[in-house]
Amino acid sequence: MSTRLIPPRTESTQPYWDAAARGELVVQQCGACNFHVFPPRANCPACGSSELSWKPVTGQGTIYTYTVAHRAPHPVLAEQCPFTLAVVELEEGPRLMTNIIGCNPEDVEVGMRVQVAYEDIDDSDVVLPVFKPA
Amino acid sequence: MSLRGAAAVVGVAELAPKRHTGDETILELLSGVAVDAVSDAGFAMADVDGLIVHPIGGLPGFVPATVAEFLGLQPTFAEVVDLGGATGAGMVWRAAAAIQAGQCNTCLCLTGTRRRRRPAHSPSTDQPEKRTPRSIRPSNDRSPQAEFDYPYGMIGANVGYAMLATRYTHEYGLTDKQRAKVAVDQRTNANANPKAIFHDQPLTIDDVLNSEIIAEPLHMLEIVMPAAGAAALVVTKADRVADADQPPAWLLGAGESVTHSSFAQAPALDATGVGIAARNAMQQAGVTPGDIGLASLYDCYTIMVLLTLEEAGFCKRGEAGSFVESHDLTYRGDFPLNTHGGQLSFGQAGMAGGMSHVTEAVRQIQGRAGDRQIAGLELAYAHGNGGIIAEQAGLVFGSAV
Repeated sequence: MSTRLIPPRTESTQPYWDAAARGELVVQQCGACNFHVFPPRANCPACGSSELSWKPVTGQGTIYTYTVAHRAPHPVLAEQCPFTLAVVELEEGPRLMTNIIGCNPEDVEVGMRVQVAYEDIDDSDVVLPVFKPA
Repeated sequence: MSLRGAAAVVGVAELAPKRHTGDETILELLSGVAVDAVSDAGFAMADVDGLIVHPIGGLPGFVPATVAEFLGLQPTFAEVVDLGGATGAGMVWRAAAAIQAGQCNTCLCLTGTRRRRRPAHSPSTDQPEKRTPRSIRPSNDRSPQAEFDYPYGMIGANVGYAMLATRYTHEYGLTDKQRAKVAVDQRTNANANPKAIFHDQPLTIDDVLNSEIIAEPLHMLEIVMPAAGAAALVVTKADRVADADQPPAWLLGAGESVTHSSFAQAPALDATGVGIAARNAMQQAGVTPGDIGLASLYDCYTIMVLLTLEEAGFCKRGEAGSFVESHDLTYRGDFPLNTHGGQLSFGQAGMAGGMSHVTEAVRQIQGRAGDRQIAGLELAYAHGNGGIIAEQAGLVFGSAV
């Protein structure tokens, strides 16, 4: 449970959040060219097709880059500082913004293997996918 | 089709960045620099028939019309550029393109921001502690970043550029000291620029390295300080250049690139829009990085200068760290960089911050840079960067066509 900005969901992105709430990570996949799409779109950014459907992914990935934030970028994050912000590259290809939890910030490295985990947000029914060392 | 020689910058006005503005409105601030830039060129306001502005807080829309009416202009070309830190550079080539297309003859490019002092905390007005708002402002932000980035703390730019620095260091190696060298040499330049916000304050490598770490690996003194100010440029048609009071800074080439919005979707470090914009600008100008006598490179953070140096081709890929270590980046050095001090030491007045790299390139080409003038300068490169390496615009200026 953590205090965060609450993501403004839309009807078309709700499946992503519904999946997270049941402990599943999904991204869109293009029915025409099989490209994995994240963040969600109306058309495949690779081929333009509108045949996008939600598919579960392994939730495995590697850290592309990260930082440890010592100053809160927003007041709601003050109590979490220092925290680890990272870009994770999923095995299936897409990159996601996320946090690395379950390890000391000083142990985080680029290229480190990570696995999806889930965190509740205070005052909200939103469950947020985050990552921990695999 | 090329912009080379279609237009030149002939007038410049720039306020010294300040921490806070007074009571003047943004329109009053812009009006002042607009009139000064036109007067610097030796033109009359009636000569201005093009206007380029940027989105302005407090003006919900119709920005060119609002600014034009305030200035008493009735332009035949009016536009808004919304490219973050690349806005200033993006304005200048659009002005030249509009002139080349015959839509106007003389175009004003206006940037600026005001910044009010926060009301001092008054313990006497003891109010119950307000709950921190849980949604980002503006609360109608429906960008994918609001949904997929902000909840994790990817808010503002510090953490984004910190992640850029981490990735760069992982791929190529870079030391804290190498990044600090950029800030220190630029401060030396600012010490020779009376308009720089840090004009009177020297800076050492140790000062940078001993400053607070904001987001690893970036220190406070590697991060630009927000300021208030404004800058205006007058771009005019080739056949009107001779009518101006000032020597021309000819636009020889321009390049632009937009690659992403969320930093999570940024291209690899060797495929950024920085390189696309810089290569296209220099190709259009018919010059190579080795020909350039002044690099005026967007420096919201030290890491951005290093990345731009190699992506624009001033040094080999992965060698930006050793390049800055082995060169004197000051106005009297062997590789003059951000001779105005850069935004890190001159000040970042909103979009006028990005424009400061353009105004400095113009002033240096015109031979009007005072104590920091580079002798015999013929070619300058100005680069703007918006978002987290998301939006790029590069300009090559020359003293002759």
